[in-house]
Amino acid sequence: MIEAKAVTKEFGALSVLKGVNLKVDKKDVVCIIGPSGSGKSTFLRCLNRLEEPTGGEVLFDGVDILDSKYPVDRLRQRMGMVFQHFNLFPHMSVLDNITLGPVRLRKMSRAAAEELAHGLLAKVGLADKSHVRPDRLSGGQKQRVAIARALAMEPEAMLFDEPTSALDPEMVKEVLEVIRSLVREGMTMAIVTHEMSFAREVGDRIAFMDGGVIAEESAPADFFANPRSPRAREFLSKVL
Amino acid sequence: MTMEPILNYLPALLHGAWFTIFVTFLAMVLGSVLGAVLALMQISNSRVAKAIARSYTSLIRGLPLLIQILYIYFGLPLLLGVRIPAIVAGTIAMTLFTGAMLSEIFRAGIESVDRGQTEAGRSIGFTYWSTMRLIVFPQAVWRMIPALANQFSITLKDTSLLSVIGVAELTMSGQTIYSMNFDTVRVLTMVGIIYFLIFLIVERLSFALERRISR
Repeated sequence: MIEAKAVTKEFGALSVLKGVNLKVDKKDVVCIIGPSGSGKSTFLRCLNRLEEPTGGEVLFDGVDILDSKYPVDRLRQRMGMVFQHFNLFPHMSVLDNITLGPVRLRKMSRAAAEELAHGLLAKVGLADKSHVRPDRLSGGQKQRVAIARALAMEPEAMLFDEPTSALDPEMVKEVLEVIRSLVREGMTMAIVTHEMSFAREVGDRIAFMDGGVIAEESAPADFFANPRSPRAREFLSKVL
Repeated sequence: MTMEPILNYLPALLHGAWFTIFVTFLAMVLGSVLGAVLALMQISNSRVAKAIARSYTSLIRGLPLLIQILYIYFGLPLLLGVRIPAIVAGTIAMTLFTGAMLSEIFRAGIESVDRGQTEAGRSIGFTYWSTMRLIVFPQAVWRMIPALANQFSITLKDTSLLSVIGVAELTMSGQTIYSMNFDTVRVLTMVGIIYFLIFLIVERLSFALERRISR
């Protein structure tokens, strides 16, 4: 469904991605892990062109999305994204955060969008928070709203950019639980994460990034039990 | 010499005050349009647009307002070949000045909104402009209110410079009265009080708005 071919990204003289190849098939969950500065987030952001790759190809359903004529805004409606720092809209209620996209972009009626939003809020365990402003929510609650906001576009795939990295430890679980429920529903996902046990549990594949390339890609059981590359071994010895 | 009752000055001064408010208001409204255009040029990706907006703003900020007013008043007729009334020249000068100042306020306000907000909007599928309109601008506007009130008070006070080209605004009205009867200090005091009252109203309004937002 999503396929990156030799994606490179340069910031001036700094080469952050040095030819990344990754395929995410329908209903696949790929967890991207690796040391900080390895290019994980940059790569993920290249998949919906929040970051413009310098070179390479990104195919979505076989179509090159890097083509300048490709309707990238429409692509993003089909590919939800969740950020490390939630990025909820602080000037809107939780409900409006979720309905904004459906009303404006999917041309849903307000009533239908609100019904959808209430359903999603119930799903992420925040049915009672619809009229609250985001600044009244805890980090974990904010992230769950952010996930609901992304899901409101009924995307075909979801990108998670370190969804639990900015959370207090006691709030990580509630967010991971929501992502787990998406896994169960068969959502296609690419997840950049530092939660190793979570990656191992939900990932169909682990992509280990280091120095701007995917140094190793394998099934979680293999990767964690028997990492092939020395860099992966070194990384795991530090984090496990 | 018998002193005239101070209230006798009021009608003439209020007439002048009306011009002051009129010019200030027009300069703020038209200046907002100019300022918005300049701010958008500054945040755009076009290097040419950026350079034009930046040069304009720095020119206006770098020249004494009085010089700008005189330039417009004496220079514009030469350029256009027609005489323009002082009030028109004055309003144009105040607009050009206020627009440059407002563009900085707008730009700073827009840039104060976290980048993550734009990214979240874009990631949902909004275009750049929709993201600006629905997500960035509404957040920026509230933060600009203190700076906007401040600019209003600056523009208000600086309209007194228009007396130099003969616009019958508040300061000029005062000057006209005391040049005839030499009741200088009392007239100037009244002029000062009127400026201050206008300022107070705007200041209170701004505080009230700020309080409503922070709630």
